[in-house]
Amino acid sequence: MNEANIRAVLHEELNNIAPEVNLATIDPAADLREALDIDSMDFLNFIIAVHHRLGVDIPELDYPKLVTLNGATGYLKEKLGA
Amino acid sequence: MPSLGADMEAGTLVEWLVKPGDQVKRGDVVAVVDTQKGAIEIEIFETGQIEQILVNVNAKVPVGTPLARIRTAMEPAPAAPSPPPAGVREVPPSPAPAAPPTIAPPVPPRAAIPIVVARARVSPAARRLAQAHGVDLSKIAGSGPSGEIVIADVERALGAAAPPEKKRAIGLDLNAMRTAIAAAMARSKREIPHYYLEHQVDVTAAEQWLAGRNASRPPDARLLMSSLTIKSVALAARRFPAFNGFYRDGAFQAAPAIHVGVAIAIRGGGLAAPALHDADQLSLDELITRMRDLVQRTRAGRIRGSEISDPTITVSSLGDRGVDALYGIIYPPQVAIVGFGKAILRPWVVDGAIGPRSVITITLSADHRVSDGHAGALFLAEIGKLLQEPEKL
Repeated sequence: MNEANIRAVLHEELNNIAPEVNLATIDPAADLREALDIDSMDFLNFIIAVHHRLGVDIPELDYPKLVTLNGATGYLKEKLGA
Repeated sequence: MPSLGADMEAGTLVEWLVKPGDQVKRGDVVAVVDTQKGAIEIEIFETGQIEQILVNVNAKVPVGTPLARIRTAMEPAPAAPSPPPAGVREVPPSPAPAAPPTIAPPVPPRAAIPIVVARARVSPAARRLAQAHGVDLSKIAGSGPSGEIVIADVERALGAAAPPEKKRAIGLDLNAMRTAIAAAMARSKREIPHYYLEHQVDVTAAEQWLAGRNASRPPDARLLMSSLTIKSVALAARRFPAFNGFYRDGAFQAAPAIHVGVAIAIRGGGLAAPALHDADQLSLDELITRMRDLVQRTRAGRIRGSEISDPTITVSSLGDRGVDALYGIIYPPQVAIVGFGKAILRPWVVDGAIGPRSVITITLSADHRVSDGHAGALFLAEIGKLLQEPEKL
């Protein structure tokens, strides 16, 4: 799975939570919780969905690494060895 | 037509999930009603057989109007209580009584948790639409509460689904919701003499316990701080019944069960506080699972009638991106709302030394017709104490 695929999965799952947001317009370095106005339950659902889609184990301690699109993409890329 | 809120006067029947002759069990979702709060799924509170549908799809009827006639097991002959005249009597502010053998009496004898039926069903409206367009129902996944195929599923299959920005807003009209919030809150401020208390609670131990517990679990088995706060409110309400129940017709009635209304923000600006039934009886794992389901359905505009009418106390949490504290307005006819601000790292004195601790401000807004600040303080303090021992929740 390459970076583009990972980004596609992230966009899709974030759009399930925030359907009205056009993710192409979101700064990839912005805090997603602020940019998409999502709460801790939304964020947990996002982590659950990514975990199921990509089979990547995401410990709670790593959550801060996933709060931006760039951060999440880099983290998952490394975990997937892509 | 059940009353699904203090100020609801009428509702529109949008879908029947049963037809005459169908066997129904107490707790089955039988119809969908459109109200100011969005599309609400109506559960049945009797077990028996649907005898006659009295209100057709798309008809708007006043609260208290029988929706269908059901023959209960106790009732071998088709007894036929005639429906009361629609739209003539004044709708009282609190849920109106309805004839027992009709669907969804406004005040259920006790909370009915809907029974999930494994067998996939198709709603009549969905079936008609599918037949009209030659859609193969076996190829459609149902999105109804028990996996029923509902009209939206068929529309999706037809490619006629709502545009993406409206995808999650099925049955959610934010303007109508705002009107409903305004009516309920204005009534609350008019009628309920609120008093307010606040209490700062060190939640460092709770956060550490959560982190330790979640570390070894997959994401879908992890807890959130809100599962701890809701459970502690429910347990405290058990000890302090003056904060759990309804004020109606000039008197307070403590509720026998503890159904915590969980305030859920709706994207785009809306709010609902549906019930987490019997929250004091749920394990933390059950509680978070139910909560996740409740949040998801609420935001998708799929709340059940009992979830709207049952809450006996409300909890509102600002979450980790909020501010220090919130002072809630009581949702009538309830008598208390507990607010949780976000956890903030503060200098705090523990055992005579100052150190950084994670602190949450908990507030209580309560009804002075029912309780006083003294009892309220004990109630709030109890919530704080319970949060010190999360492993016992």
